[in-house]
Amino acid sequence: MMVRKDFPIFNIKVRGKPLVYLDSAATTQKPQVVMDTLNKYYSSQNSNVHRGVHYLSELATKEYEAAREKVQKFIHAKDSREIIFTRGTTESINLVAQTFGRERVQEGDEVLITHMEHHSNIVPWQILCSEKKAHLKIAPINQKGELLIDEFKKLVNPKTKIVGIAHVSNALGTINPIKEIVSFCHDHGVPVLVDGAQAASHLKVDVEALDCDFYTLSGHKIYGPTGIGVLYGKLKHLEKMPPYQGGGDMIKSVTFEKTIYNDVPFKFEAGTPNIAGAIGLGSALDYLSALNMEKVQKYEEELLKYMEEQLLTLPKIKLIGRAEKKAALQSFIVENIHPHDVGTILDQEGVAVRTGHHCAQPVMNFYGVPATVRASLGIYNTKEDISLLVLALKKVFEVLG
Amino acid sequence: MSLHELYQEMIVDHSRSPRNFHKLQEKAQNLEGYNPLCGDKFTIYASFKGKKISDLSFEGNGCAISTASASLMTEFMKNKSFDEAESIIAEFQRLVTGGELKGVDLGKLQVFEGVQEFPIRVKCAVLAWHTLRSLLHGERKAVTTE
Repeated sequence: MMVRKDFPIFNIKVRGKPLVYLDSAATTQKPQVVMDTLNKYYSSQNSNVHRGVHYLSELATKEYEAAREKVQKFIHAKDSREIIFTRGTTESINLVAQTFGRERVQEGDEVLITHMEHHSNIVPWQILCSEKKAHLKIAPINQKGELLIDEFKKLVNPKTKIVGIAHVSNALGTINPIKEIVSFCHDHGVPVLVDGAQAASHLKVDVEALDCDFYTLSGHKIYGPTGIGVLYGKLKHLEKMPPYQGGGDMIKSVTFEKTIYNDVPFKFEAGTPNIAGAIGLGSALDYLSALNMEKVQKYEEELLKYMEEQLLTLPKIKLIGRAEKKAALQSFIVENIHPHDVGTILDQEGVAVRTGHHCAQPVMNFYGVPATVRASLGIYNTKEDISLLVLALKKVFEVLG
Repeated sequence: MSLHELYQEMIVDHSRSPRNFHKLQEKAQNLEGYNPLCGDKFTIYASFKGKKISDLSFEGNGCAISTASASLMTEFMKNKSFDEAESIIAEFQRLVTGGELKGVDLGKLQVFEGVQEFPIRVKCAVLAWHTLRSLLHGERKAVTTE
């Protein structure tokens, strides 16, 4: 994709070398248009939303609500009221666990997740289960890093009250068969939350086709600003759910005796929201839509294949996460060299990768490694980036090999 | 700052073939040191005689810097008195964080000087040392009780 010029960060030098950014799964770089949008908002539109009668408040409200519609279109939701702005995927999952989950899950019930979840799709459910004396069940994966779908299905039973599952694993890159899972779970009356943090920037997401009950996004992983995210929820659930936080904007009327809550989505957006962030996210989604997500997916698939091939030409490299269906990242370890040493040496060559447990310690335990190196791709990466990664890995062998 | 100043020959050597890399027999005290951010995990074993470290060893898993640091520590700190140990631990901490040195003899531990240019790796270099310090403090309390 000829998009590198849209990202000013690539003008910088890292330790005198061009930046090779292979850490988009942690956070993506931002295109100029997103920064321009933030600048424009603060320079000429800044005001609080849903409140004032004045010109600016009307303008800010219009832009903020337009951003909601952009999200709705981008993930193909039926209704813009199904889009709630949050701080990110973590808050989105906590919101569902603490409202929908709290009402639905009772003593002795079960919440089902998978072995490949990010901590943010584990801990909110642990908190809920511990509060309710319910049980967290874990669906196993195989050595390639794929969900064992038959085992998953066996774990769904009348006690199962919610399923939480990643669309794409952040540590392994595995794309889960969400449609099949949702359909199976719905046949058994179980709602499904899909953690889409690692998916939405790589795949065309269609929540209506997936039929999932909840879907979560993080703005900063999809070329938008930090501090903004999305919770998609089916209207039928959102309308019944109690509020998450109390405060301004989430109410219709307040007296000391009784408060009437606002309608969705405002019921879940207490306090002044991240207005600039939402509008910035909207511009990032416009940017991606103009590129066309199908083309993005195809481009990244080819690049990922190239990266896997190139990594396999090197000795002593073991790839972790070899699922048939994968998105835009590859974890690996270098025999006898700790990932942190690999990371430090790559960094000296201007190559940014993530090293560590990727907030997925159960995945690390499954493979019996303390950490991995993870190279993750975005639309701005090129084959040249991969070649520079390979050269930098050769330097690792030279220093510590 | 060159990588070779961080990964000096002695550091690479000790990370590949750590010294005193085993449990200690009988009566040894031990304590686990763990860095949850990177997963480095070591157990430090120490035997004491009077107010001296009479033997020191370690086991575990970590990066080149943390492994070499633990290995060199077990060599260097053997037969040091508790007071000497305390001042060496403090001086080592100053060395790797770029603090003002107080003239405590660090001998070959000087090879870790390059770590100060890599702030993210400081915690790797000090993991074993923090663990030893806690172990010493535990032992002192025990000694005082007796």
